[in-house]
This record gives sequence, C-alpha cells and structure tokens, in this order.
Amino acid sequence: MNYWGETMLDRVAALGRTTLDTIAGAGAAFFMLMRALIGKPNLRKSWPLLMQQMYSVGVLSLLIIVVSGLFIGMVLGLQGYTILVDFGAEQSLGPMVALSLLRELGPVVTALLFAGRAGSALTAEIGLMKATEQLSSLEMMGVDPLRRVISPRFWAGFYSMPILAIVFSAVGIYGGYLVGVRWLGVDDGAFWSVMQSNVEWGQDIVNGIIKSLVFAFVVTWIALHKGYSCTPTSVGISRATTSTVVTASLAVLGLDFVLTALMFG
Amino acid sequence: MQTAQNSTSNQPQTHAEDEALVVIDNIDFAHGFGAHQVYRGLSMRIPKGKITAVMGPSGIGKTTLLRLIGAQLRPQQGTITFANENIHALGRSDLYELRKRMSMLFQSGALFTDMTVYDNIAFPIREHSDLPEEIIETIVKLKLEAVGLRGARHLMPAELSGGMARRAALARAIALDPELIMYDEPFAGQDPISMGVIVKLIKELNQSLGLTSIVVTHDVAEVMTIADYVYIIADKKVVGHGTPSQLEASDDPLVHQFLHGEADGPVPFHYAAASLEDELLGGNHAR
Repeated sequence: MNYWGETMLDRVAALGRTTLDTIAGAGAAFFMLMRALIGKPNLRKSWPLLMQQMYSVGVLSLLIIVVSGLFIGMVLGLQGYTILVDFGAEQSLGPMVALSLLRELGPVVTALLFAGRAGSALTAEIGLMKATEQLSSLEMMGVDPLRRVISPRFWAGFYSMPILAIVFSAVGIYGGYLVGVRWLGVDDGAFWSVMQSNVEWGQDIVNGIIKSLVFAFVVTWIALHKGYSCTPTSVGISRATTSTVVTASLAVLGLDFVLTALMFG
Repeated sequence: MQTAQNSTSNQPQTHAEDEALVVIDNIDFAHGFGAHQVYRGLSMRIPKGKITAVMGPSGIGKTTLLRLIGAQLRPQQGTITFANENIHALGRSDLYELRKRMSMLFQSGALFTDMTVYDNIAFPIREHSDLPEEIIETIVKLKLEAVGLRGARHLMPAELSGGMARRAALARAIALDPELIMYDEPFAGQDPISMGVIVKLIKELNQSLGLTSIVVTHDVAEVMTIADYVYIIADKKVVGHGTPSQLEASDDPLVHQFLHGEADGPVPFHYAAASLEDELLGGNHAR
C-alpha cells in the first residue's frame, strides 16, 4: 500500500479508536453513577457523610457565589439603567435584573463557578485518593468506594447547586437594587413592585431551579467520573481536573440552550 | 527442587499436603485488551496458616497478582479460589462480603489522609459492625499495641514516618481479624530498623493470629528469613518454587540469578532492542 493509503488507514483507525474510547468512557460513567446511587441506603452512616460533603462542596463555595452574584447584579443594574433610561423605562430595571438572574445568569454562572471551585476539587480529591491507593484499600476492606466516596459527593453537589443558584440570584437582585435604586435613583417602590408583577413563580423561578438541578447533575457527575477514571499520576490528575472544568462548562452552556429552548422557546 | 516448569500438572505439588486457602489455577492475564501480557498459565497454591513469599524482578506483575487474588482485576482465563470460592464468579455484594475475610497492606500504606491514625484503624470496624465506641476503642488500642503505635494514635498520617505509616496500615489491615493478609512490597523504602520491625511483625502476627500471609517483594534476604514457602515469578509464569532452603540449593540459572542479585543472566540487563551497531550505524534513527 502506498504512503497516502497508509496515512488514510491510520486516520480511520484513530477515528475508530477515539469513537470506541468515547463510547466506553460514557458507558463507564453511566455504570459508575448507577452503582453509586442504586442500592439500599443506610441513613445512619450516609447522613453524616452527606452533611460533611454539603459543607465541603456547598458551604465552602458560598463566598465565590455571593461575591460573584453581587457584582453581576450590580453590573446588570448599571448596564440595564443606562439602556432603559434612554427609553424612559428605568422603572423596568427591577424585572430586567430579576429575570436575567432567575432564568439565565443564576443557574448558568453558578454552575460554571461550581465547576471551577467544587468540581475541580472533587476531581482532584478522588484522583488523589486513587493515586494513593485509598480507593483500592476501601475495596479490599470490603467497603464499596462508589457508595462510600462517590455517592455522598454526588448528592451533596446535586442538592447544593440549586441552593447556591438561589443565593446567587437573591444577592444579584440586591446588587441590582444597590446600583439602580440607591446609587442611580430609580424609584424604590417601582423597582420592587414592577419586579413582583412581572416575575412568575412557575415560568421563571421554578424553571430556573429545574435548570440548576440539571446542571448540578451533569457537573457533579462529570467531576466525579473524571476523578474516578483518571490516570493515577500527577499529570493524570492535572489533566482530569482541567478536563472537568472544560467539559462541565461546555456541557452547561450547551444544555442551557436546549433547556431554554424547551422552557421559553 | 521441583519447579512449576517441570511439574506434570498445572498445580505445584511440593506442599500439596498443606490445606490451601488460595488456589490460583492456570490463569492468563493481560492489561489493555491483550496489549501487555502479564501472566500465561500461572498456577500457585497458598497454604493456610503459612507465610508464602512471591518474588520476582521489578515490573513482573507481583502487585497485579495480589489485585487478582483480591478480585480487583479479572483474569482472562483460569480461576482463583479463596476458601474454595471462585472469587471471580461471585456477585458484587458477595465479593464485598468475602473481602472482609482478606486484607491487603498496600505499598504506600494507603492510610486515609484526613483521619487520625486512630480513626484509620477504627474505620473498617465502624463500617462493618455496630459495636459501641468503647469496644471499638479497646480493639483499636490492642491493634495499635500489636504494631507498637498505641502512643501515636492521635497523629495524622502526614506526621508519621514511612515505617510508622506502614505499621499503622498493618494495624488497620488486621482490624477485622482477616484470614488472609497480602503484603505488597512491605520492605520497600524502609530503613534497616523499620525493615527489621516489619519482618518481626509479619512473623509474629502470622503466628499469633493464625493468619495466612502472602508477601510480595524483591527483598530476598528479608523474606527468606520468615517465609515458609517461596514462589519466584518471571517470564509470565512461576519459574521456581519451594522452601527457602530448597531454593537456596537450586541450580536453576534464573532462580540463582534472582536470589544472588546478578546483573545479567536469563533476565537480561538490556531491555529488548535492536543491536547498538544497527541503531548507530545502520541509519535507523527511530527514537
């Protein structure tokens, strides 16, 4: 076979290998999650583990969420005011800030920050446990690492992120209020009352929470799988951590479009 | 000496009179969908209540063997039985149940870094029993006393020396009073005093607790003093086995090379490659 023929065959083989690896990786991620979640729960043992992880994944993420939420809300307030005031519509600043946060920015930015702060930490922690044979030692002690390590971290991420998204949106709205009302002089009563009449519970708040739950599921799953399946070396853990942030962020942005189209399209 | 190579059956016969706790029967194992063959037709019997050493050159797959016995890996062919149970035929929950009867001391110790030494040893007891904390405390203190670390129970793993970490991991490994304990390179990276302590502990624990021990190592001198039976693995199979004295007397070139640490012999000094002349002069510039 000539050179071009061999090169073409190599490329086809590489494509096939990548496809097989991708399918095998997806299958492994699916089975990892199923084994971690399906089974008889032991509340006496799993509750303290869940609380510990809720602290580590959720409470320790509060600072970045609150600070980011405040600044994003303030920027929304400022940008919204400068646009709306040209049309004499600055009274609509309240709903603009609230809807932007509740429908989009709250769930999406929280998920992106969560992937960067908690997701990368989860991947690195589990990867390091793998590299130092702690996961293997659990198996050899007759303790299933999927139930003991993966499951509490998954549920902690799943429950924490929607709560963090609500905190993000609430702080963001307050940031918009500080800039719009306290600094730029939008009427206080109009800001809140127009917001109240324009924001709907089901359409805006519940849909935002549903988005956040979907993102929580995907980001935590990706973070845990990347850690659990990483090559147990320093380079392997580093790559897995980077891959968690990149993959989770892209998944969140892609899913956000799909969910927005389904909910509001 | 009789070796697996010249045995008429797959199973080594030399110590057939001892009751076997673990039987490895003609296994084949390869990593990466057959890309790297580790074992081909490997057979062993691990006698109950004895210390069995498994030795061989680095990278020969000794740790892989322990992972196969612990069913963390699955052979492509052949069977491994523990107490007459085919471990790879067990379901997930039965396998985890069976693993409570075996234990492994990892090369790194594998202590949980976010727990104190005390909590590390208490961990398997808390996971597998509903014992009150006072009884757990008594058991943990006894286990730590056995390895000489009762006074270090409040320390974190990061505060321990390498030898102490290995001993703490040993205390955790015996926490549930297993029938089988597998030691993965227990002497690696230890100073002479720590090494002497670990050799003594392996011997004493085996006798006092009635354990069956498998010691995977390439530290010939240390393990030959305590092993009841020795297997030497090379070239994907058992190349020699017997009591330490039988192996010392062996004239098998590979066994001789390994036991006496000769740089070249049946196990070549050079990794397989084209000849140096061909590479340097023959225009082959592959790196």
